[in-house]
Amino acid sequence: MRLYAVVAAGGFRRYATYRTATAAGVFTNTVFGFIVAYTYIALWDERPQLGGYDTAQALTYVWLGQALLMACAMMGGGFEDELAERIRTGDIAVDLYRPADLQLWWLAADLGRAAFHLLGRGVAPMFLGALAFDLALPGSLWTWPAFLVSVFLGLVVSFAVRFLVALSAFWLLDAAGAMRIASLAGLFFSGMLLPLNLFPGLLGEVARALPWSSLLQVPADVFLGRHTGWGLVEAYAFQGGWAVVLLLAGRLLQTAATRRVVVQGG
Amino acid sequence: MAETAVRADEGREAGGFAFEERPRLLEGLRAYGLIMAMWVRSTMAYRASFVMTALGDFAVTAFDFVTILLMFTHVDALGGYTLPEIALLYGLSATAFGLCDLLLGSMDRVGRRVRDGTLDTLLVRPVPVLAQVAADRFALRRAGRITQGLLVLGYALITLDIAWSPLKVLMLPVMVVSGAAIFGSVFVAGAAFQFVAQDASEVQNSFTYGGTTLLQYPPTVFAKDLVRGVTFVVPLAFVSWLPALYVLDREYPVDLPQWVAFLPPAVAAGCWVLAGLAWRAGLRAYRSTGS
Repeated sequence: MRLYAVVAAGGFRRYATYRTATAAGVFTNTVFGFIVAYTYIALWDERPQLGGYDTAQALTYVWLGQALLMACAMMGGGFEDELAERIRTGDIAVDLYRPADLQLWWLAADLGRAAFHLLGRGVAPMFLGALAFDLALPGSLWTWPAFLVSVFLGLVVSFAVRFLVALSAFWLLDAAGAMRIASLAGLFFSGMLLPLNLFPGLLGEVARALPWSSLLQVPADVFLGRHTGWGLVEAYAFQGGWAVVLLLAGRLLQTAATRRVVVQGG
Repeated sequence: MAETAVRADEGREAGGFAFEERPRLLEGLRAYGLIMAMWVRSTMAYRASFVMTALGDFAVTAFDFVTILLMFTHVDALGGYTLPEIALLYGLSATAFGLCDLLLGSMDRVGRRVRDGTLDTLLVRPVPVLAQVAADRFALRRAGRITQGLLVLGYALITLDIAWSPLKVLMLPVMVVSGAAIFGSVFVAGAAFQFVAQDASEVQNSFTYGGTTLLQYPPTVFAKDLVRGVTFVVPLAFVSWLPALYVLDREYPVDLPQWVAFLPPAVAAGCWVLAGLAWRAGLRAYRSTGS
């Protein structure tokens, strides 16, 4: 357990090194936040209460999206490029010799990364957004920890999906294409482009049932106070259920994949 | 080592300005073509991956338009503009940006090259550095973006009821080319900035990717100060907004006169001069990591 805590701390420190990059990222998230916020204002001007949100809630959703984008790696980016590269080059053989579990190792590292991005690239854009727009911040103090639990579960789901995709490199060798498609799915089905409760009919139902809704839609609704009491428990169960299923699938695939590893000499 | 290379490079540019400039431009284009062809060949080694990433590039931008379509399942107009009108703005901006992204999209790697010292390799080659950097990791898959932009543009032109004149017809290709050039100057200026701030490539993304997202919506959606900013500071409004509003016979934002619609080529040329100066200044300020 201590080992994984150290790995997570390492993941955090690794990203904390790039201060200029973080500042540049905050700038980018803020610029995009502004652009999207204005389009949402235009949309909610036409249709107030669209999707059950008022304008302030819709704007809050925009800034939550910018705050969670990097932490939840909705567009990919994080450990999976490195893991896929290690599989392609064969360095993975060294990792498999280590007295640590492959999946837990990368989960710890990715949670460390996510924690940094939540602080480094989440807090500042959210703060700037709150200064520029009228946001619907939680009325109850309890909403904040409830939100953070939901974000944590979303992070685990996000990791589990990307772990599966990275492992595809065992079969595909070059996983760039698969990762690209996965990042598209993440972008679209997390609700990053538009809240999932604005998706019409069957598309909306499917989108809300897929694991990616755990990355933004569910945490945002917890933040906006739409999941309370039993509803909150249900939301957690949804996220936790996907996390368990996907982590187990990753474990199975990992076992199957390690049987395939042929260590080449030299 | 790199120092002397930079000096030698400068000397050539400053010394034989009138005589050297044209062959140097041709030399740069030739080098660009060769490096580009090399990267295309190397990408084709993993053909399945190429197809998937090209489709991915197509889809990622398509999602931007899907978002707009989803918005229009709830409303009839956004900022006073109908779907076909927004599709025109979108198609123009996406095509211009796609073209620029295909040709110069790898320029944001300059910062990484400065950090890891591999820029030195480019400096000692007898080929303009800008051409090498621009063609670096040329990604043919980015053609997917252009395809998507053109499809939306086609949809807009079919569904819109425009009183066409020869001038308006001529404006479309001029807009796309000068729009791509304006975006290109932002790429070059951004790359120059990375000589100073080595890992700030994301700032560039706010103006390029952010800019194209902004231009996909009508100017009426945004606050006046933001519209002024992209007209007078970073002149992205000339990529699509200002000329397209003329084609659509729409009112101009922030009290601009109508003739600004014909400025894009001039604005593009001006931007390139500034970006070129910034690039030279950046290259001159470059200090190798020495590793």
